[in-house]
Amino acid sequence: MTQLASREEVQARDDEVQRRGRELGWMSLGLGVAQLAAPDAVRRISGVDDSRTSRTMVPLVGVRELVHAAGLLASRRKGIWAWTRVMGDAMDLTSLGLAIAHRDGRRRRRLIAVTGAIVGITALDLLTAVQATRAQRSGSGRRGGHMDLTATATVRKPASEVYAFWRDLANLPTFMAHLEEVRTTGDRTSHWTATAPFGKDVEWDAEITDETPGERIAWRSTGDADVPNAGTVSFVPAPDGVSTEVYVSLVYDIPGGAIGKAVAKYFGEEPHQQLDDDLRRFKQVLETGEVVRSDGAPWGKRARKEFPQRPAQPLSDAEFEKGPEA
Amino acid sequence: MRANTWAGRNKVEVRDVPDPKILNSRDAIVRITSTAICGSDLHLVDGYVPTMQDGDVMGHEFMGEVIEVGSRVPGDKLRVGDRVVVPFPIACGACAACAKELYSCCENTNPNAGIAEKMFGHPVAGIFGYSHLTGGFAGGQAQYARVPFADVGPLKIESDLTDEQVLFLSDILPTGYMGAEMCDIQPSDVVAVWGAGPVGQFAMDSARVLGAAKVIAIDKEPYRLRMAEQAGHIPVNFDEVDVRSRLLELTGGRGPDKCIDAVGLEATHGSAHIAAYDRVKQAVRSETERPHALRQAIMSCRSGGVVSVIGVYGGLLDKFPAGAWMNRSLTLRTGQCHVQRYMRPLLERIERGEIDPTRIITHRLPLDEAERGFELFKNKEDNCEKVVLKS
Ligand SMILES: [Zn+2]
Ligand SMILES: [Zn+2]
Repeated sequence: MTQLASREEVQARDDEVQRRGRELGWMSLGLGVAQLAAPDAVRRISGVDDSRTSRTMVPLVGVRELVHAAGLLASRRKGIWAWTRVMGDAMDLTSLGLAIAHRDGRRRRRLIAVTGAIVGITALDLLTAVQATRAQRSGSGRRGGHMDLTATATVRKPASEVYAFWRDLANLPTFMAHLEEVRTTGDRTSHWTATAPFGKDVEWDAEITDETPGERIAWRSTGDADVPNAGTVSFVPAPDGVSTEVYVSLVYDIPGGAIGKAVAKYFGEEPHQQLDDDLRRFKQVLETGEVVRSDGAPWGKRARKEFPQRPAQPLSDAEFEKGPEA
Repeated sequence: MRANTWAGRNKVEVRDVPDPKILNSRDAIVRITSTAICGSDLHLVDGYVPTMQDGDVMGHEFMGEVIEVGSRVPGDKLRVGDRVVVPFPIACGACAACAKELYSCCENTNPNAGIAEKMFGHPVAGIFGYSHLTGGFAGGQAQYARVPFADVGPLKIESDLTDEQVLFLSDILPTGYMGAEMCDIQPSDVVAVWGAGPVGQFAMDSARVLGAAKVIAIDKEPYRLRMAEQAGHIPVNFDEVDVRSRLLELTGGRGPDKCIDAVGLEATHGSAHIAAYDRVKQAVRSETERPHALRQAIMSCRSGGVVSVIGVYGGLLDKFPAGAWMNRSLTLRTGQCHVQRYMRPLLERIERGEIDPTRIITHRLPLDEAERGFELFKNKEDNCEKVVLKS
């Protein structure tokens, strides 16, 4: 897959951001605890112990640090928390600047030293915030980039049967929410149509790049697809001797610009959830013969969003006639 | 058709709704002749189970006559005109859970499995009239119902047993029975059952049928305790006596060998401060349960005994006595009932006269009076134990 930048690269960048975010989180925690537990020492070291306001300010800044620590340590969205730290740093630097202007002697020297340290921390915060924001953009595909999805399910049928159903690519739209049609055009080639994020269908050609009958199928889009994509599915006999473990992995190369935005939006906030649901329906079709419908979600794979659903009461004749587009 | 629907917290309403239609090829449409109000309906009405919607048709205990079948329902399984009792969990019969007879854990019948998974770790089966968390299926407190996987679930009634004799095979009888069965009852066992509501009564009857030496009923409603006593069980009123002391007294100090929690998340009682603690946490929804009966069952059970939980729990509970459970070698067993597993054997027990399900029915109302039925049952008015609705 040359057209897609390596998944490892993206992963490594994200790991780096997560690690730095955690480090900043621990630092915030330390500063916050110090400012709350020993505010007088903090005030003396930083050279503002002659000011009344600092008596109120130091514990408040401590609380702020604790909030940042919680955010940075607990959330995967390090970007937002790093930016809030940058804002906090700016506030600190402003007040330190004001304080320096009114101090002299030892206090002034201490204040300058502390200010220097904060400038360093601010640089680190800024770097983390920028990187985190960049990683998030490429990670979620908002502004172009990759979307990697994996999902797995166990189907109570032998691998040969599960493989055969998938290998007949025309079956994929029966359970994959976004797929409208897959038409076989050759032994290894096919034409795919997905329902449209912007009023028209997205179409592309695909080829099977690798396959081991009964075990594995790998494919990728060919030509100039709007959304270049690739996938593999593996079929592994489960330990019960009856079932098959199905492992799916998909990569989408989301383009930048308006199309990319629309695609990302179309996939929604929970693309992993959607692939999980696709696989659940795959299991339903193989095990029970069709996608199970309820009154709350009567249109099978068309129930794109689980909520809000229609009430759990029978459809009216009109709703029934109109079908999923109603 | 007419149907009893959820109309907001603490409110049900009988309304006109469309008639059900076949949506899947293994569906059947059943004209309902009898349906019932279940204790777990109260949890839905009270708003403790999330994902209810205005207009949801309620009810998961129902029976009737098949009036239409889908194209893939084999004629040797079900035909138009058959009289059936419908089990509350919807099960596909083909997945790994169904293969293990764990029907209420069916892996295929909940279209909202993604939501259930977030709440419970793994999804659970679809259930009729039981929130969108369990699939968003319309229920059976109605004139008609759509029954998915009609070739797997419904039990054909071919004898002339009355509706009232077989209706509870859909839920509370197998649920009570499973509660007793999970206790692995030995002939010398004393079994204590928390809750003398309908499920509790059937758990008591089942414990006796399975050979328990003594069965103890714990409740505070005198009429429920009287009902249990008339069926041969020993009543303990927790409003009048200290439950643990009384249980020790009745068992030579050992404690009951087997304990069944047939109460679930809305237990009332307990020491004042713990009850207040649970009530407050439940009110702000930081704990969904008031698990008093469960705590008491664990603390009272003899060492090495079994605590079997058939009362409904929805989410998270606090102050679980893990120390008692672990240090005293207790076994904790539980599950939504795998009804399909028990229907036929229990039908045979009814036919042989070993269990009389009708003994708990106190009220019979037309479907249109479902609201009043809920009021009677919820507030335990007019000595209400079990309401059957006829349409
Ligand atoms: Zn029930
Ligand atoms: Zn199943």
